[in-house]
Amino acid sequence: MSIKHLHEYRDPDLSRDIIEQIKKESQKPIRLMEVCGTHTVSIFRNGIRSLLPETISLLSGPGCPVCVTAQNEIDAFVQLAAFEDVIIATFGDLIRVPGADSSLQNEQAKGRDVRVVYSTFDALEVAKKNPHKKVIFLGVGFETTAPTIAASILAAHDLNLKNYFVISAHKLLPPALSTLAENQKLNIDGFILPGHVSVIIGVKAYIPFFKRYNIPCVIAGFEPIDILQAIHMLVRQIEGNAPKIENGYKRAVSAEGNPKAQLILGRVFEPADAAWRGLGVIPFSGLKIRKEFEPFDAQKVFDVQLTEKEEPKGCACGEILTGDKIPPQCALYQKKCTPTHPIGPCMVSSEGTCAAYYRYH
Amino acid sequence: MCLAIPSKIVKIENNVATIDVDGVRREASLLLIEDPKVGDYVIVHAGFAINKINEELALESLKLMKEAASLIFDDDKKK
Ligand code: SF4
Repeated sequence: MSIKHLHEYRDPDLSRDIIEQIKKESQKPIRLMEVCGTHTVSIFRNGIRSLLPETISLLSGPGCPVCVTAQNEIDAFVQLAAFEDVIIATFGDLIRVPGADSSLQNEQAKGRDVRVVYSTFDALEVAKKNPHKKVIFLGVGFETTAPTIAASILAAHDLNLKNYFVISAHKLLPPALSTLAENQKLNIDGFILPGHVSVIIGVKAYIPFFKRYNIPCVIAGFEPIDILQAIHMLVRQIEGNAPKIENGYKRAVSAEGNPKAQLILGRVFEPADAAWRGLGVIPFSGLKIRKEFEPFDAQKVFDVQLTEKEEPKGCACGEILTGDKIPPQCALYQKKCTPTHPIGPCMVSSEGTCAAYYRYH
Repeated sequence: MCLAIPSKIVKIENNVATIDVDGVRREASLLLIEDPKVGDYVIVHAGFAINKINEELALESLKLMKEAASLIFDDDKKK
């Protein structure tokens, strides 16, 4: 295969043609939501919002994993860092998110061992090299990331590693779609569904949601052309009054998804209720570690208290994650809250709507 | 953050691939995909290959997209 075809997905002429077509076909005012942080960034970076006709409003949804992590989960991570002989292993963005009293970065500055890793296998390496320490991986992310974390637990199990633990704060996307579709205030006419979550779960995972709400859905890739094409497909569905689930990212997403990843995920995790920042508790929208793998479950092994704490005062992340507000509607935006001094997670994470807005608007 | 660009597998050893993304080499675990081969293009997320890119469908989608985008447009261009 040649990479050439993949570059064709960046062809500016084709983008222009798709935009012209959208302009011709879009009559009704519509509100479309992208529920993936990488889509949000791509939309802002490529200025897609300003290229679309006035009839189309794009809303950014709860697609940034760090942003939807509940305040008490962040606080639990900070607590874990304070246990004796612990090394915290995490993906980068998380360490700057302010908890109620501290952040992982603050804890690191105080001398706690907090390490940013690129993958769970790096975390396993840290565990192997430090047999007298307990390595805790912070499990944050959607269906795309969860199988990689499940694979690390299976590997730790096979290697008989006794010092590797995971705290599972994962979130599942389809249950959150229902919460968004039911929100009358948002009034969403169509969803741009995430590319790489769909690579794992497949088109089939959205069918129950679609059957229930009959709302137009298109799975999209990440190139500007992919996103424009998804918008075009949604416009056609809405104008033709023919809602369906379409797959606009066929080169990577199949009907069934990735069965091997699903199997590994299902061996280690089972669905559980989860609290989302901005969306509240959604039934079966999270993952907990199965009983069989309890020795790896940081929540079981360490005594962390998940108490309700307030979210940062004045931060509108909750409303921003549901598309109910845009960053300039937050009183702190650009004033007290900037990427160098973030108040809430939506400004911390590079995928957060506030950060994307700040950088590209 | 999802990496939009697919990576090419250039070497496989013990279920770990050396991948090339636009000239940068990295490692990726192959534990989550079936039957990976050198030369395959894969999507990599957090150090794991999570799927192969299907070239046939990539080409077919491009063709369909071009058609959809130029349907009415062709007449305009001819003018
Ligand atoms: S601008 Fe800052 S304080 Fe306001 S919602 Fe965004 S992250 Fe929260």
